[in-house]
Amino acid sequence: MISKQPVDATLAPVELETRNLQAWFGDFHAVKGVSLAAPRNLVTALIGPSGCGKSTFIRCLNRLHEEVEGARVSGEVRLEGDDIYARGKDPVAVRRKIGMVFQKPNPFPGLSIQENVVAGLRLAGVRNRVVLNEVAEKSLRQAALWDEVKDKLKAPGTSLSGGQQQRLCIARALAVAPPVLLMDEPTSALDPISTAKIEELVLDLKKEVTVVMVTHNMQQAARVSDRTAFFLLGELVESGDTSTIFTNPRDTRTEQYITGRFG
Amino acid sequence: MSPSTRSSPLRVRELLSRKDKPRKLKNALLLGLLALASIVAVLPLFAVFLYALKQGISGLSVDFFTRLPAPVGETGGGMANALLGTGILLGLASLVGVPVGVVTGVYLSEFGRGKVAALVRFSVDVMTSVPSIIVGLFAYALVVIPMKRFSAWAGAVALAIVMVPIIARATEEILKLVPVHVREAGLALGIARWKMILRIVLPGSLGGITTGVMLAVARAAGETAPLLFTAFNNQFWSRGLDQPIASLPVQIYTYAISPYEEWHEQAWAGAFVLICFVLAINLLTRLLLRRSV
Repeated sequence: MISKQPVDATLAPVELETRNLQAWFGDFHAVKGVSLAAPRNLVTALIGPSGCGKSTFIRCLNRLHEEVEGARVSGEVRLEGDDIYARGKDPVAVRRKIGMVFQKPNPFPGLSIQENVVAGLRLAGVRNRVVLNEVAEKSLRQAALWDEVKDKLKAPGTSLSGGQQQRLCIARALAVAPPVLLMDEPTSALDPISTAKIEELVLDLKKEVTVVMVTHNMQQAARVSDRTAFFLLGELVESGDTSTIFTNPRDTRTEQYITGRFG
Repeated sequence: MSPSTRSSPLRVRELLSRKDKPRKLKNALLLGLLALASIVAVLPLFAVFLYALKQGISGLSVDFFTRLPAPVGETGGGMANALLGTGILLGLASLVGVPVGVVTGVYLSEFGRGKVAALVRFSVDVMTSVPSIIVGLFAYALVVIPMKRFSAWAGAVALAIVMVPIIARATEEILKLVPVHVREAGLALGIARWKMILRIVLPGSLGGITTGVMLAVARAAGETAPLLFTAFNNQFWSRGLDQPIASLPVQIYTYAISPYEEWHEQAWAGAFVLICFVLAINLLTRLLLRRSV
């Protein structure tokens, strides 16, 4: 069991913050005016029943939502106070600062383990072998995968097991050194052992990055997050310290969800 | 009998088992029909192949691959110029057709939304079914008339037009198989869209795209009509790409309609070689596809 000190979030500076964030798919209003802050070097968990907009919300945080046809966003997302949706902001540059790990492990097909990890750097034009090798090792160590793959860095990324692939994807996201890491249900496709490894990893990672994580698993939210936000029907019902949300929620809907009465 | 016993589980089971025999019979009958239809469908391939083998094998010799056609009345000779000519025509056509086809396929798959894309997709579909003689006529008007002569260039243009839609649609279909989440992973890493497509999506589907290209080459290799009045024909080695050039299909056609027994034999040999070539490409393609999946 991983022990965790309760954190006073009011003391931590805010890394990522949304203000009145709205998101649509065509006519469907998926996220309705969410204002939420993710404090630096903490893990913020987004929970809520399926279809509550938490995945759409997290995809707005790195401007990935707008890549879907018919999708639209309004409101602000501030990274260290700087609105990533401001006019003239380059989504490509934004995404380099806000990494993402997806529900399903998605290593690039045809690329080796090493190539997968440094893909973000190489495709941005970094060619220096020494730098690439160093970053690859560092990122794989951060993702707790180095010992398992150090002897087969040239093997295809897709040859790894599901859990290893997901850690490879975490390493790939970390390789471009983003201050923020978004995780969209990163363990929902994994077995319990792989899940435990990734949870442990997240607790380790927050020393260096700010994590925002969508999860369907409330135990997971309780285990790894410092802050929890509860979403329902596209709205943020409440957010606060994880221990408070789980023991003493303000809203009855939060309580009902957490105690398993719906969802 | 009361309704309850008529629908009792025991009675229902008995009713069902009574249907077993006719069901099995029907099943066997339909299976037989399917097998028969399948055999009828593939029979022509084997028949054509075996017949070409039977008729063509006697014309095959080292000379066939190394010598020029013999003049009428002389025995011997070969189709070396036609074999080389087909190679040159396919090479030139691929030089144009592969990039155009692949890029069109990428456009359709990655950016293909809206009216322009719908128009392009429709045009590509229509192009696939345009009779190849019309492609030949088009290349004649486009290249032969301005150049005032039949040429390898004109033949290559015609073959490229045959290849482009096949390659474009194959590329589109293959790229669409690359899952959205792989593309999103690229975008989420801060990779520009075009770079993500070029460096992640395309390399991952290279096997499939190669398959499409090879099938297009196989198709173009056997085309006769587009070459009849573009590349024309040539009984000698081609003296340049701006000159008429021999090709296997046209040579087969010319020899087959001639009145000479000797030439008929050569035509069969050519036909056999052509079938083998197309068959080999198809087999190779399958092998490639199996390896890449």
